[in-house]
Amino acid sequence: MVNLTQLRENNSNIEVATKENVFEVSNLNLWYGEDQALYDINMNMGKNEITAIIGPSGCGKSTFIKTLNRMVELVPSVKTSGTIKYKDSNIFDPKFAVEDLRTQVGMVFQKPNPFPKSIYDNVAYGAKIHGIKKKKDLDIIVEKSLRDAAIWDEVKDRLKENAYSLSGGQQQRLCIARCLAIEPDVILMDEPTSALDPISTLKLEELVQNLKEKYSIVIVTHNMQQAARVSDKTAFFLNGEIVEFSNTDVLFSNPEDKRTEDYITGRFG
Amino acid sequence: MNINENRLQDIDIQKLIQEKKEKRKVLKKLEKLVPVFLFLAAVVSVLTTFGIVFTLLSEAFTFFSDVPIKDFLFNTDWKPWSGSFGVLPLITGTLLITLIAIIVALPIGLSAAIFLSEYASDKTRRIIKPILEVLAGIPTVVYGFFALTFVTPILQSLLPDVKIFNALSAGIVVGIMIVPMIASLSEDAMSAVPASLREGALGLGSTRFEVAMKVVLPAAFSGIVASVVLAISRAIGETMIVTIAAGQSPNFTFDPTSSIQTLTSFIVQGTSGDTAYGSTIYYSVYAVGITLFVFTLLMNLFAQYIARKFREEY
Repeated sequence: MVNLTQLRENNSNIEVATKENVFEVSNLNLWYGEDQALYDINMNMGKNEITAIIGPSGCGKSTFIKTLNRMVELVPSVKTSGTIKYKDSNIFDPKFAVEDLRTQVGMVFQKPNPFPKSIYDNVAYGAKIHGIKKKKDLDIIVEKSLRDAAIWDEVKDRLKENAYSLSGGQQQRLCIARCLAIEPDVILMDEPTSALDPISTLKLEELVQNLKEKYSIVIVTHNMQQAARVSDKTAFFLNGEIVEFSNTDVLFSNPEDKRTEDYITGRFG
Repeated sequence: MNINENRLQDIDIQKLIQEKKEKRKVLKKLEKLVPVFLFLAAVVSVLTTFGIVFTLLSEAFTFFSDVPIKDFLFNTDWKPWSGSFGVLPLITGTLLITLIAIIVALPIGLSAAIFLSEYASDKTRRIIKPILEVLAGIPTVVYGFFALTFVTPILQSLLPDVKIFNALSAGIVVGIMIVPMIASLSEDAMSAVPASLREGALGLGSTRFEVAMKVVLPAAFSGIVASVVLAISRAIGETMIVTIAAGQSPNFTFDPTSSIQTLTSFIVQGTSGDTAYGSTIYYSVYAVGITLFVFTLLMNLFAQYIARKFREEY
C-alpha cells in the first residue's frame, strides 16, 4: 500500500517505481549559441500518462518539449549536453535516426498547421510518406484517425475539401488526427489550445483525456487550469530550470517551493 | 526639478501644428495631385500596349491582304524573298529552341531552388543567390557568342552531325540564360511557404527531401509555375542568342542538330537594311510579330489557368 503523504514528503522527482517510463531525461543542458536555455533538467515521463509543463513565457518549456523529438535542432546554433532516453536508447545517439524518433514521437503545434491540401490528404500524409500506398488501407487509417481525434462526424462528408475551410479548433483536431494517423507512442503538444476559443479548448482537453488510454502525452501549457484539469503530473519550469515536478494534484494543492506557489496563485508570470 | 518642468511645459504642440499648417498648404494641394500623376503613369503603360497591338494588327492586316491567312498558317515553306510565306518553319524553330531550353533549365533551376530554400544555410544562400542573379544580368549578345564559339565546338566534337549554326547549341544556352530566373523566382515562392508547414511534416518523421517534394513544392506550385512561364516567355522571345547561334535557315524540322530560324530572328533579318519599306516582306515582319505575341499571350493564359487549378492556399 502506497502512503500518499509519505510520497509527498519524498521529493517529487521520485517516480512510482513500477511505472514504465517513455522518456528519461538526465542532466539535459541546452544552448542557443552562447545563451543557455535549459539547465540540468532531470525528469521522467510515464507511459500512458499526461505530463504537463507549465511556466511563464521564456522559461524554456517550449524549448524542452521540442528537444524531446529533436525539433529544436531546426535552429542551427543549438547545442545540447546530457541524455534523453526514449525506451532505453539515447535520442542524441548518432545511430538513432531523427526520422525514426519523430515517427514514434508525434507533435501537435501551437498554431494549427494543416497542409494546404484536402482533409483526407492531410491525415493520409504520414502514412503515405512511410510507404503505405493502398487506397483501402489509407481509407481505414483516415477514418480511424479522424474518429480518434473526435472530428469524424464534422468532416466525413467533406473529406475532399481543403483543410483551411475548417475552423481553428477543427484544424487543430485535424492536426491531432494527422499525428494519430501514424500511431505514434508519445504525443508532444506545444500549447495546443493557445490559438483556440474556449469551447474548442474544452473539446480539445476532453480529447486529450481520452487519448491517454493509448498514448503517452506531454503537454506544454500557459494555462494553469488546463494543466490542473488534464494532467497526471506537472512540471513547473522557471528560467530554464525545473523548480518542481510532482503529481498534478500535489503541485497545485500543496506546492513545495515558494516560487511554484507564487506562480500558481498568480503572483507573477 | 523646477527648471526642467518649465522647459517641458514651454511647448504648445497644437499651436505649433497650426503654425506649420499655413506653410504646408502648398504641400496639401500637391497631395491631391499625387494620384493623378500615378494614374497617368499607369495609363501610359496601358496605352503603349494598346498602341503596339494596334500597329501590329493594322500592318499585319495589310500583309494578309497580299498573302492569304491560310497560306501563312499552313504552308511549310518560309522563303520570303521568293514569295512563300508559310510561317510553320519559324514556329517549329521557335518551339524547338524553347523545348531544348526548358529541358535544360527546368531540372537545373528547380534543383537549385530546392537547394537554396530547403538545404542551404543562410550564409550559403546569401552568397549563391546574388551570383545566380548576376547570371541573369549578362547581355544576351554575350550568351550568343558563348553559344557559337564555346558550346557549338563542344557539341561538334561529341556529335559530328552538328552544323555550325544549330538549334541545339542555341537552345542549351537559352536554357542556361533562364536558369537564374526559374531558380530565383521559384526559391522566392518556396521560401514564402510558412515554416510551420515544414515543422508539421518533419514532426511526422518526413525526411527533408520528402518535405521539399511533398509539402513545399505543392504549396509553392503556383509561384513555381509563374516562374517557369515567365522563363518560357523569355525563351520564346529570345532574339540575340538564336540570331547568332541558330542560323537563318527556316527549316521545317525538329532536328536539333540542323540550322533553323525562329520567329524572332526572322524579325531581325526582316528589319535589317535591305528590306524595302512597303514590300510584302516588310509587312510580313508584323505578321510574324503578331504570331509571337499570340504565343506569349497563350502561354500566359495557360499559366494562369494551371496556377489557379493547382493552387494550394495557405
